[in-house]
Amino acid sequence: MSSSAIDQHVKQPYKYGWSTDIESELAPKGLNEDIIRLISEKKSEPAWMLEWRLKAYRSWLEMVEPTWPNVTYPPIDYQTIHYYAAPKQQKLESLDEVDPKLLETFEKLGIPLGEQKRLTGVAVDAVFDSVSVATTFKEELKKYGVIFLPISEAIQEHPDLVRKYIGSVVPQNDNFFAALNSAVFTDGSFVYVPKGVKCPLELSTYFRINALSTGQFERTLIVADEGSSVSYLEGCSAPMRDQNQLHAAVVELVAHDDAQIKYSTIQNWFPGDDEGKGGIYNFVTKRGHCMGRNAKISWTQVETGSAITWKYPSCILEGDNSVGEFYSVAVTNNFQQADTGTKMIHIGKNTRSTILSKGISAGRSQNTYRGQVKIMKGAEDARNYSQCDSMLIGDTCGAHTFPYIDVRNPSAIMEHEATTSKVGEDQIFYCQQRGISEEDAVSLIVNGFCKEVFRELPMEFAVEATKLLAVSLEGSVG
Amino acid sequence: MSAATEPKSVAVELKEAASPYVEAFEVFSSNGAGGAPEWLQARRAAAMARFAEAGFPPTRQEEWRFTDLKPVARTQFARAEQESASVTSVDDLVLGSARQWVAVFVNSHFVPELSRLEGLPRGVVVGSLRDVLRTDPNLVEPHLAKYALDDYNPLAALNTGFIHDGGFLFVPAKVVLERQVHFLFLTLPSDGDPAPVTYPRNLYVVETGAQASLVESYAGTGVGVYWTNAVTEVVVGENANLDAYRIQRENVDAYHTATTHSVQGRHSNYSFITFTFGAALSRHDIRAVLDGEGADATLDGLSMLRDRQHTDYHTTLEHAQPQCTSWEYFNGVFDDRAHGVFNGRIIVRQGAQKTDSKQTNNNLLLSGNARADSQPQLEIYADDVRCTHGATLGPIDDEHMFYLQSRGLTKDAARDMLTYGFGSEILNAVKSEQVRQDLDRIIHEWLKQRAPMGA
Amino acid sequence: MLEVRDLRGGIEGKEILKGIDLSVRPGEVHAIMGPNGSGKSTFAQVLAGHPGYEVTGGSATFEGQDLLDMDADERARAGMFLAFQYPVAIRGVTNAYFMQSAINAHRKEQGLEELDTLEFAEMLEGKLEMLGWDDQLIHRAVNEGFSGGEKKRNEIIQLAMLEPKLAILDETDSGLDIDAVKAVAEAVNQFRSPERSFIVVTHYERILNYVTPDHVHVLAGGKVVMSGDMQLALDLEAKGYDWITNGVAVG
Repeated sequence: MSSSAIDQHVKQPYKYGWSTDIESELAPKGLNEDIIRLISEKKSEPAWMLEWRLKAYRSWLEMVEPTWPNVTYPPIDYQTIHYYAAPKQQKLESLDEVDPKLLETFEKLGIPLGEQKRLTGVAVDAVFDSVSVATTFKEELKKYGVIFLPISEAIQEHPDLVRKYIGSVVPQNDNFFAALNSAVFTDGSFVYVPKGVKCPLELSTYFRINALSTGQFERTLIVADEGSSVSYLEGCSAPMRDQNQLHAAVVELVAHDDAQIKYSTIQNWFPGDDEGKGGIYNFVTKRGHCMGRNAKISWTQVETGSAITWKYPSCILEGDNSVGEFYSVAVTNNFQQADTGTKMIHIGKNTRSTILSKGISAGRSQNTYRGQVKIMKGAEDARNYSQCDSMLIGDTCGAHTFPYIDVRNPSAIMEHEATTSKVGEDQIFYCQQRGISEEDAVSLIVNGFCKEVFRELPMEFAVEATKLLAVSLEGSVG
Repeated sequence: MSAATEPKSVAVELKEAASPYVEAFEVFSSNGAGGAPEWLQARRAAAMARFAEAGFPPTRQEEWRFTDLKPVARTQFARAEQESASVTSVDDLVLGSARQWVAVFVNSHFVPELSRLEGLPRGVVVGSLRDVLRTDPNLVEPHLAKYALDDYNPLAALNTGFIHDGGFLFVPAKVVLERQVHFLFLTLPSDGDPAPVTYPRNLYVVETGAQASLVESYAGTGVGVYWTNAVTEVVVGENANLDAYRIQRENVDAYHTATTHSVQGRHSNYSFITFTFGAALSRHDIRAVLDGEGADATLDGLSMLRDRQHTDYHTTLEHAQPQCTSWEYFNGVFDDRAHGVFNGRIIVRQGAQKTDSKQTNNNLLLSGNARADSQPQLEIYADDVRCTHGATLGPIDDEHMFYLQSRGLTKDAARDMLTYGFGSEILNAVKSEQVRQDLDRIIHEWLKQRAPMGA
Repeated sequence: MLEVRDLRGGIEGKEILKGIDLSVRPGEVHAIMGPNGSGKSTFAQVLAGHPGYEVTGGSATFEGQDLLDMDADERARAGMFLAFQYPVAIRGVTNAYFMQSAINAHRKEQGLEELDTLEFAEMLEGKLEMLGWDDQLIHRAVNEGFSGGEKKRNEIIQLAMLEPKLAILDETDSGLDIDAVKAVAEAVNQFRSPERSFIVVTHYERILNYVTPDHVHVLAGGKVVMSGDMQLALDLEAKGYDWITNGVAVG
């Protein structure tokens, strides 16, 4: 089989691999209680927060790194990482005071922060290494009572709210990486949407890792109070570095009665080069809690980056009639490894969940879907629909599907579909034989495969996702 | 008796239950079957040896986890006698068009007087396997007991041991059979002990480029226990087309166990749609082998059961060659304390690239005590394939009920309509207009017999 | 229209076509028959430019252009259509969208305005009316979950829409029941014209009872071993391929 056509499509360089030359303030390498105290002090945190971190750290010390994911990597030395890195300039009152280099960085990433250029309809929190450098539309949102702040500021300005919810969905000792994050998290976003408010703007956080040998440990907490709704989008990228860098984030979502949260991710961390060198280890814990009746949490993710991804955005469906959704496209190429999926825990009556997972593997990559659906005893009339589709490009990659189903209530209705298929010359040739060029054929096939997921993305990002996919797979068909 | 030793004793009991059959076989092979050709006698004896070795499979065996054969093993059965005097007409059992060629078997013995086989095209054979074994054994020898191998299921081995009569169809190359063929099996329960057992053995051969449509149906009169243990082998030649329908309407006391094994050549098309309404306990193993490039197979099924009826479908779709497509769609409707089992295995052999296989199993539980177990199994040894499986299980959707009720339908009418809709998903796949209409009537009758819903 | 001279080629280093000669003039219908493994399908794939096959010798021109120098999509846009033996499924992409993309790729090449969805729908409706077929395949994903017969019918709809100068039908009749073979044959007859040529590759002579070819060629061992008219197909039906292949020294 000739591989030229597909190869050309997959072998496109990572577009966001440049780095910003800016002076950073770095904490010494390594992790111990002093480092945690330093981080807490840098962030001027209250005492309870420091205690909370230390408690997490102490449980982390007793935990072991999970080995069950279908990924392999050399042991991580947690003492060689900088747990805090910040551009020398501290956060300032107005955008004019922000280092132009930083503004330029985000503009280059397609996230203009300046008043004139900023994206319409989208409020952005831009996080550079360990700190948030700017948050747009803050004032506008305030009028609606919506709080959209870097979490470090939220801890100071709204301590009661943060204290009430932080760790309520992902406890400090939930898992190895969540505990690590709880100990050393530096920034991230905090969102609170008050009762009955439909958030008028898309909220978005853009994460950029810049400094060398740093880890990024952001923490995001979104609370939607009764009857409110919010749509949130997360994007990320990192420079090309030879060394692997660790990203261990925690995201917690809380939806009260009749509230809705839509959380979309376009993950484009540096995946490593085409020989598998470098790249981000993306070990993330994301979980939503539908606390109230009729609450709805929807995760949509388009994952194209990272050397290794370990991530299972999940929903705890506690409120009666609550709804959990997971829509995912995970693309792996070259030597990337992804073990991703979701957990849907049905506790309340009449709860519903939908899982739609599309995995595309190319090069020598390994792509695993791992999903659990659990119907608890009291979850009368629960329903789940799961669909896992894998697409293989070439003969040297792997796709794996591990569904776990645990039903403890007989009234549950479960539906499950799974497919594995290979895109190859034959599909492309078929299109070409109808006069469609090779390049158009590849994008037609891949987009057709992912259509059901892209449909779930906020409009303006669906286009971006489509492009991103084309870039990630460029050179892979053949 | 201690709990620990009990399963062992059941296993021993089930194994030993083979003995009366082995004894009966000795009598059978020395008497009634004496005239059979040597090759057939050898195949029978080998199969019987294997049944004797295996006995009735216990539920401890994974393949039999949900179907307990103890009631069958514990009942005394004897081969059903030829007895058709009491049957004067089978008109109400014949499904499909009056233009069908019909071969009728009572107690698994061919009854020419009840059959209708005039005007067959040259070279086409429809009728009794027993007759053909006498007149033209060369048509049978290359195929009989070559596909439904007894290592898959000991009960198929038992059938092979007692091969005597059954339906035979032969359509020579390039012949397009314009009329449908119907093989009808009627069993008459006996008054006393032992209860009758029948071993219908069917063989259908459709040669290269030929085309045919057939119905295989089973029915029993009145009440009383009997056991039908059937095997059907199907050969669909290169570029040949066969539509086959199977309708099981045994009486409510009956046991029905069956194996249907098909083999397909290049570019052939085989569609098999099976309906289960009858029997106290039924188990059907279907194995379809796509053994030629570009072959297509459809396996569909509908079960509608109530009371304490039990049915168990074990299907295997084996893709042995590239570019083959298979569709499998099984719906089950279970009321009262009925229990349905569906085990669907798809095997894609090495080299069977471009396989496209889709399997769906939907189960509708009309009562809180009804039960369905669904188990898909994929075994894939090729890397460029597309296999889909999906299963659903649950009661009628409240919202659908509400929608129909909001249009003025009573609760019962709404429930019946939704149940009917569920069944008609399979019914609509039936290409033969007359068969579809008859099945439609059977489904409506089934719905009518249901108890009205409580408040 | 199509001139093939001493064409040689194969797959993965194995030579399957061992010097094929074929001339097709406008309006002609050629049938290519042969036993399994004779190289029929390979010939169709090579003509259409499947990248998995390599050409090792000989020449092929289409309306004077060097076919072997063109990519598959260029050949398609030059007016060559292949009805696939195994049409490929593309999930998530509707037939309508797929055909519209294909037609617009052709139109762009010809310097014509692209068709919008409405114009495309009108064109499609016209073609379906001509074929006497309904539109139930159109809104489903390309060949996704189609039965064998539906896939073949879909190939014919695409043929009708793209209006090629040369249509190659690669075993379009295989696996079809008698009614479906007739339907495909009727459609082909409808699109026969003095300008349009057909190459009907088939293993079974059945379709030739409905589409009468001007020329019949028998392929064996990667070569055309016999050519004639409809009578040759009838002889083959009566005597089988052994009649021919037994007489051919493989070499």
